[in-house]
Formats: sequence, structure tokens, C-alpha cells
Amino acid sequence: MDTPGFAKPRVAVHKFSSCDGCQLAFLNLGEDLLALAARVDLVHFAEAGPLDPDADVDIAFVEGSVSTPEDLGRIQRIRAHSRVLVAIGACATSGGIQGLRNGVFDAGWVTQIYRHPEAVASLERSTPIARHVKVDVELWGCPVSGPQVLAALNALLLGVAPRDDADKVCTECKRAGHPCVMVTRGIACMGPATRAGCGALCPGLGRDCYGCYGPAETVNTATLAAQFGRFGLDAAAIAQRFQSINSQAPVFLAAAQAIRGQGDD
Amino acid sequence: MRAHADPAVLLPIDGLPALLAALGRDGYRCIGPAVEKGAIVMRELDGNDALPRGLQAEQGPGHYRLVADPHNRYFAWANGPQALKPLFFAPQETLWRAGRGDDGALRFEAVLPEAPKLAVIGARACDLAALALQDAHFLRPERVDAHYAARRARLFLVAVQCAVPAATCFCGSTGDGPVPTAGYDITLAELPEGFVAHAGSDAGRALLATLDLAPATPRQLDAVQVQGEAAAAAQARALPGKDLHDALMRRLDHPRWDEVAMRCLACGNCTAVCPTCFCHAEFDQPALDGASSTHQRVWDSCFGESHGHLHGFNVRPDIRTRYRQWLTHKLAGWHAQFGRSGCTGCGRCIAWCPVGIDLTGEVAALMAEQP
Repeated sequence: MDTPGFAKPRVAVHKFSSCDGCQLAFLNLGEDLLALAARVDLVHFAEAGPLDPDADVDIAFVEGSVSTPEDLGRIQRIRAHSRVLVAIGACATSGGIQGLRNGVFDAGWVTQIYRHPEAVASLERSTPIARHVKVDVELWGCPVSGPQVLAALNALLLGVAPRDDADKVCTECKRAGHPCVMVTRGIACMGPATRAGCGALCPGLGRDCYGCYGPAETVNTATLAAQFGRFGLDAAAIAQRFQSINSQAPVFLAAAQAIRGQGDD
Repeated sequence: MRAHADPAVLLPIDGLPALLAALGRDGYRCIGPAVEKGAIVMRELDGNDALPRGLQAEQGPGHYRLVADPHNRYFAWANGPQALKPLFFAPQETLWRAGRGDDGALRFEAVLPEAPKLAVIGARACDLAALALQDAHFLRPERVDAHYAARRARLFLVAVQCAVPAATCFCGSTGDGPVPTAGYDITLAELPEGFVAHAGSDAGRALLATLDLAPATPRQLDAVQVQGEAAAAAQARALPGKDLHDALMRRLDHPRWDEVAMRCLACGNCTAVCPTCFCHAEFDQPALDGASSTHQRVWDSCFGESHGHLHGFNVRPDIRTRYRQWLTHKLAGWHAQFGRSGCTGCGRCIAWCPVGIDLTGEVAALMAEQP
């Protein structure tokens, strides 16, 4: 793709409802960002400078969830202008922290909280990008990491599918040599239900994983929840373990609903 | 006491620094016990590191706590979350690199690890037995793993006889402990006044000779024997036999597999802490300039989806088949592959299972009923 005479692949980075933290994964790449810039044309990346939201691109990265009426049309335009669409981060893959409003949205709150509620245009639900358009690659995480974004982009530039690691955080935790915090401290770690990708950051610091990379493959949430109960958490506290960053990811949502259902008995 | 060719000597209780210094003079980097994040881990010791003393490892299903040893011993902790495996079978490493040469042709080059001389202090009998099994896998004469072999080649092993087995230990029933009988350069047994030491190799003999130690007394040798027998007798867990191949393979449809699948997280921690598990995955990591890539090997687990993935379908799509694969390979399949079970009774899979699934309990439940 570096062959002289051919145009460089065109890349865009778009933002929807989000905190911008995943875009920082690009900006924090340092020297790698310069190496990257030599291989692609970055045509739209508001946080970094270039603005051309409707440009045709080879690869579009999309951060954030669909959360406003305006988002609904914009994601369709982006899809139409992008050859490959990559959803990055918890907001784009599960609906994000703002997905906590799903199912409990009450228009009355807006009038209580905001001085000019007429200025607020929100959809009732915050939803992941894949709910609205075809997504080619999903990168989970809150936020995604620089190496994660870089590996995916690099693979796409080379014409291969990015490596999808849906194993549990535990696999990275054990490779890194961290003693299990559930075993040594009896604390409610989400690692056994959470997708790898962070390098077991939290258990490496001696604390519990809180599930920011979303559900891993083949997770046993009922057993994990029961173990959290043995650690002393009540049903509400256990449900909250599954209802934070990725509350709307189907596996975590179902786990929380099952626990709350039991709690109502 | 098993017959040792060499006479036993006594390393005084304050003599461990002298042992480490002697190893350092011989060019070894010393790996030994240290307390990290609430557990005993094996890590590189620098000259000023004091070995942890006065600690026991209280262990149970899904439970590990360091607690005080009333006798202030150095090696009263039975074990930690890892045996010797990570030192030789690296959790992640580069196997080879591919790139284009100046003429545009693809070139492949091996990437071999730096392999310093390593001395490991505090290997247990179960760890040594597990190392022998890893050797059998990675050093097969017809296919020697160059990366494992490079790390393994320059190793000095200081074994320790267990005095305080954990509640999770069952090496007595697998025949692998608690007294180290082979595979070490030096073995130590801790008594209040010092360490009764035996050499098990020429290197160990030469090293002990530099320390100018007094012979151990008959009373000390008796105390060591009593300690070993007591440690074996204190083990509360056991497997019902050394060869469970036929019994397990007759029970592949046992309802217990469904039952344990309900409790298992499929996190794979049992396989990661198992000192004999050797499964790995490989993938390529392209460099950012698009001109080269490295071929990576990482620890993998039969509890992951990708481990059972074949073209077009998955041979182990659920937790039931994954747990059954782990247990039947470990305790049955290994007999055909390596001539013995793959379990050395260290108990790590019991202690480090976040939900406390007990391998010995599962085997007992499987065996309790006729197939």
C-alpha cells in the first residue's frame, strides 16, 4: 500500500456520543502515529484537525453510541461513504455508560436537571453502531488502547482480518503472572466474564476488573454472580457489577436482569 | 530417607545468602520466592533481597492467603500461583520474524531468546516432576523446541523438601512428593538449625564443596525423614490411583460433566497455573511499517473457544466439553502421550480456581458411580 503512484488509503475518525477517550488512543500513539500518518491519508479527525465528515474513505473508525436524532442520519451517511467501518470502544460496541438510561428514561428528568430542556435532543435509548448499520470490525474497551487500534488498522492496511481475541481477561492476567485477586483477596473481579485486550490492567494493580472490555466468549455469569454473593455482595451490588460501562451488552444485560429477578423473589 | 550417593551436609539457617552468593559467583541469576500481591511468586532476586521467612500459604478451593508460620521457617509456604513453567515455556514470546530483503524476496529468521544461566531456589518435588513432564513434551528428540531448550539448558535447581503441605496438596497420591527424589542439583530440607543439603548432580556437588559445610548428623537425617513422612501423611486430598485412563474414558457421558459445567467459569486459570499444561496459540504481529512481521506464541487454554475451533465448526463448543477435555487429557490422555498422568498433585488448579472447583473432588464424584 506504500507503492508510489497509488493513492494512500484514506482514513476517517468519527465521533458520536462518547467522551473522546478512544480517539485519544490514536493521539497517544506518539511516534507510531507519525509512522501511521506516512501510510494513510487522515481525511477526517476532528480531535486532531482535519475536517471532511462526508469524504469517501477506505476505513472509518467510529467512536461513540447513537444517542441523538441527528446521530441516526449521520451514521447512515458515514456508512455510505466508508468501505470498511470499525466501531471502537464501549459506546460504539454496546451503547456505553450512557446506555444506563435505556429502559429507565423519563422525560421528566430532563426538565428537572436542565435549565433549558428544549435544547436537549436525546433518543430514549443509547445504542451501539451495529444496531444501525453494518459494522465490519468491533474493537471493545473503555477506552480502547493504542496498540489495539494500531493492530486493527495495520491488519486492515495489509488486507487481512484483524485478530479477534474474545478470550477472558484471565488469560492475559495469568500470562502476566498476576496472582488472582478473587483467590488472594476475595474481591468481585469481572475478569472471568470480560473480554481480553487491556492486558489485565486492573488485576495487575491488585484491584478487580470492572468489565470495561465487555463480555468475553462463553461466559458463565450465573456462577460468577453466585461467587460475588459468597464474597458478601448483595443482589443489587452484584447486578451493578454487570451494569456499568457495558450495561447494554446482551450478556451483561441478561445477567443483571436475572440477578435483579432473583432479588425480587 | 532414600539413599543418597552423596553424604548430607548442613547449611546453617543463616547460610542462604552464602548459597546465593556462590551461585552468583558461578554466573547464575537467582530466581527465588518473593511476596507479591499477597502470594509467593518466583522472581529474580538481587543480592540484597532477603528470602521471605515465617510465612505459610493457607490454601483451599479458590482460596490463598499468606499467614504467619509459628516456627519462622523460610520454606513453610507450600507453593505459589506458578511453578517453574513460565521460566521456560514463556507466556508470550517471538518465535520468528519474516520480512523482505533488499531484493524483495521474503526472508524468515529464527528469533531465539536470551538465555542466561538461571538458578531456581525453592523448587518443590511436584514442580520438579512437572518440569520433567514439560521436558518430555518440549524436548522430544524428534522435535526439540528451540526456545524452551535454550532457556532450559543452563539451569541450576535448588529443591526444597515440603514440611507444610497446603490443604490443596495431593502429591503423595500421584507419587511425585513431598520429598524431592530426582531432577535437582541440590536439595534442601529445613530444620530449626539449618538446611540438610544433598547434591544431585556434579554442578550441585561442586557448589556445595565451595561452601565448606559440616556433615549433617544422624539425628538431623532422622528429623528430615520424619518431616517428609509427616508431610505426606498430612495431605488430606488424593486421586484414587495413578492411572485413571480407562476409568475416565468409560465415563465420557457421565452426568457429572454437566454438573461441573454449571459451576465452571471457563476462565482457564486452572490450565494457566498447571505446571504441566503446554497448550499455546500462535499468531502474526505485523510491524507498523508494513514490511515485516513477527510470529508470536502465547499460552492458550482448552477452556477457550478458539482452542477447539476447526475449519467450519468447533469440537468443544460449551463448558461441559471443555472441562471434560481438560480433565481427561490431564489424567487419561497423557498416559498414551507421555507414559504417565499429567498431574503432579501440586493443587494449584484447586486453589487458583476463582470458584474453587476441586479436581480431586470431581474425580471422586465421577468414580463414585458406575459408568
